[in-house]
Amino acid sequence: MSAALARLAGDLSPRTRIWLAALVAALVIAPWIVGDYLVTVLILILYLAYTGQAWNIMMGFTGQLSLGHAIYAGLGAYVAAVLFTRYGVAPWVGLLAAMPVAAACGAIIGFLAFRFGVTGVYFAILTIAFAEFARIGFDHLGIVNAAAGLFLPVAQYAHNDPWRLRGSPTMFYYVMLAATLAAFILCRLLITSRIGYFWLAIREDEEAARAAGIDTFRYKMYAVTISAAVTSFAGVFYAFFYNNLFPEQVFNISRSIQMILGPIIGGVGTLFGPILGAFVLTGLAESLSTALTAMGLDLPGAEQVFYGVCLLVVVVALPEGIWPWLARRLGVKEAES
Amino acid sequence: MPFDVYLNVAIGGVLTGLVYGLMALGLSVIFGVVRVVNFAHGEMMSIAMFLAVVLFSAFHLDPLIMMVPIAAVLFVFGYALQSGLINPFIARPEHSQFLLLVALGIIIVNVLLIIFGPDARTVQTAYAFDSFQLGPLLVDATKVYAGAAAIVFAALLFAFFRFTLIGTAIRACADNYTGALVVGLNVNRLYALTFGIGAACVGAAGTMMTLIVDVTPMIGPTYTLLAFVIVITGGLGSMPGALLGGILIGLTEALAGLLFTPSAKSMFAFGILVLVLLFRPQGILGKRPA
Amino acid sequence: MTALLSLTAVSKRFRGLLAVDRVSFDVAEGALFAVIGPNGAGKTTLFNMIAGATTPDDGAIVFAGEPIGGLSADAVCRRGIARTFQLVRPFPALSLEDNVVVGALLHRRGVGAAREHARDLLRRLDLFDKRHQRAATLTLPDRKRLEVARALATDPRLLLLDEVMAGLRPTETDRMVATLRTLNRDTGVTVLLIEHVMRAVMALASRVLVLDHGVAIAEGTPQAVVRDPAVVQSYLGAETM
Repeated sequence: MSAALARLAGDLSPRTRIWLAALVAALVIAPWIVGDYLVTVLILILYLAYTGQAWNIMMGFTGQLSLGHAIYAGLGAYVAAVLFTRYGVAPWVGLLAAMPVAAACGAIIGFLAFRFGVTGVYFAILTIAFAEFARIGFDHLGIVNAAAGLFLPVAQYAHNDPWRLRGSPTMFYYVMLAATLAAFILCRLLITSRIGYFWLAIREDEEAARAAGIDTFRYKMYAVTISAAVTSFAGVFYAFFYNNLFPEQVFNISRSIQMILGPIIGGVGTLFGPILGAFVLTGLAESLSTALTAMGLDLPGAEQVFYGVCLLVVVVALPEGIWPWLARRLGVKEAES
Repeated sequence: MPFDVYLNVAIGGVLTGLVYGLMALGLSVIFGVVRVVNFAHGEMMSIAMFLAVVLFSAFHLDPLIMMVPIAAVLFVFGYALQSGLINPFIARPEHSQFLLLVALGIIIVNVLLIIFGPDARTVQTAYAFDSFQLGPLLVDATKVYAGAAAIVFAALLFAFFRFTLIGTAIRACADNYTGALVVGLNVNRLYALTFGIGAACVGAAGTMMTLIVDVTPMIGPTYTLLAFVIVITGGLGSMPGALLGGILIGLTEALAGLLFTPSAKSMFAFGILVLVLLFRPQGILGKRPA
Repeated sequence: MTALLSLTAVSKRFRGLLAVDRVSFDVAEGALFAVIGPNGAGKTTLFNMIAGATTPDDGAIVFAGEPIGGLSADAVCRRGIARTFQLVRPFPALSLEDNVVVGALLHRRGVGAAREHARDLLRRLDLFDKRHQRAATLTLPDRKRLEVARALATDPRLLLLDEVMAGLRPTETDRMVATLRTLNRDTGVTVLLIEHVMRAVMALASRVLVLDHGVAIAEGTPQAVVRDPAVVQSYLGAETM
């Protein structure tokens, strides 16, 4: 444990530690300062930072482009929601079922792709196909109420019940904050350990990695199952925060895209990139929609157009993302390359 | 169910599949030459569909006639896109190009949503409910027209690549990029032309598609995926493969819609995709990579 | 003395063409063994079969007493055979040190221990001062040395070097030869190299096998091989020696 702790903070410069501590402190006290609306925005930001971190394990660390991560969040959401509404199982217990289900799904997709040599863009298309398969499948699945949607009893605002995830936005905020920190720590521990080095080697050059003795199939399988399991918690959270699930929304490809925007804009393969990207993207998008509302305009697609333009600009102008650029400015260094 | 019901549905599926095939042909041509995976393909098709709908509702211009002008508009769009945005990306990593086109697709879908709203739109031609009778078979006139137009357009495309000088130059580019540079071909311009041609295919296919289905802005990603399913099934980069894949997927969808439920039909298309990716990744007519 | 690596009648066909035709040879523990031959002689195919990149059609490859023919590349490496690539393939975005750490982690659990080992090797290969640079920024000679370091980091008993001198200038070649000699002397690692640069082969190899059109036409000390009429005829005659 102390070895893990040492690795967690060990090679961070004092400057980086101060920045990190300030950021965490600001996030902890934020709900006391900002209003309810901003807390909801912050929840969305943390949610995207969390899912971005999970996706980053596959693309950023291991170099496998998944465009179907909505399937893992969706499975997590549905497993926990069905257990809760039908059997009264608390979400944290439901998570114990949701994670293995999502991990198994990731393992199946990974096994098929990696065994049969489906790589690159083909792999991306395969992941989309599975997510779409799930979307249409759940649309016809009676146990989850099919296309009519699954609803959770709406939360009582006055009572915060963290065990059953019923309560105010502030409670949800702290749950998501804890999860995001946990994901950050997990990713840092992973990337600074043996498995992380092997993932980076696979990302950089799979054949050379194999020549260095790495069983690439096995380590890619680890990546996809860990990433899927981590993502599934986001789905559980989603179900209990929004209280309604429609396959059309939960498994939609736009959800998968939303998950990857944060890390791409922030910096693929970095630890702060997903968090920074989620802040920048959601912050700008919310400002935009506030501005449009203030002008009396109601444009349902405007936010998405904005996401598209952001992605376009970053891919063209800042292919490494904002974080590597910013980190050089701030003189901050992460552990990984 | 009597046999002729199946046959009717199957013929309808094959005709729709021909239009799918033309759409996928565009994707296949672009990939085969430019080596870029056009992830905004279905979105480009939805642009053509909305053009057709607007032209019809405003000026009563029949989509069958507007097919050529709309294809021309999409050609210009594709040409501009390739020379302005994608050519500088040719040397970038695969996933970088892919994300560029994902971004473009998102923008197209939502700009259409802002302009036209989320409601479905249709083209109601005078012959919308006509059908041809062949013995016990009853075939929708719209599907026959659309399928026939797709065949004509595809045939013209084959002829272009086979018999014209530019078509030959483009094929040379596809076979050997460096060689094409060495003999002095303007590769960037040929790439732009190719992307334009691919866009024209999808433009023509989209125009005809309005005879068969309703249009919404959200239809784009669905068709992008469908186009991928088709070209991967037929063989990425193979022109006959794209048409064959289109027919196969059209037929599968139609029969799945009849036997199960229409809303679940694309599950079968994805099922086929997964099987092909696993067992014959080069596609039915594709060449095994060296 | 039993051989560390032993090939018996190994063959490989590509579309009916015999790329490697019943080649047999033994590499003794601690040897510096070179395989030479003109372009298209089957050297790389032979190399790939030992390294697990291709499966032999026929014959036996035995390493340290166990058959390894047909094992995957990573399994071969875990048995103790490390390779370099003819067209160097370092992990471009990683630092030099991390490149070597990846190799060192194969038989070490902890990153700390792997890093220590990696630094030792980087010192040996004169790359220590550049250890924080990204591999993509290196010059070709340095990248070649980095590949050797990464391969050595996996603690191999046999090091396979695929044209590690190709593209190097004469002074760099001499430096690489010196490094490999020292390594072989100090650590006892066996080296099997495929080489085009005769200067290096003559200076380095204790034993040489000559391949021509997939067939082993001569084997012996470098001095004996260059005098072999069959070799002179097929290969050396074409070059100015």
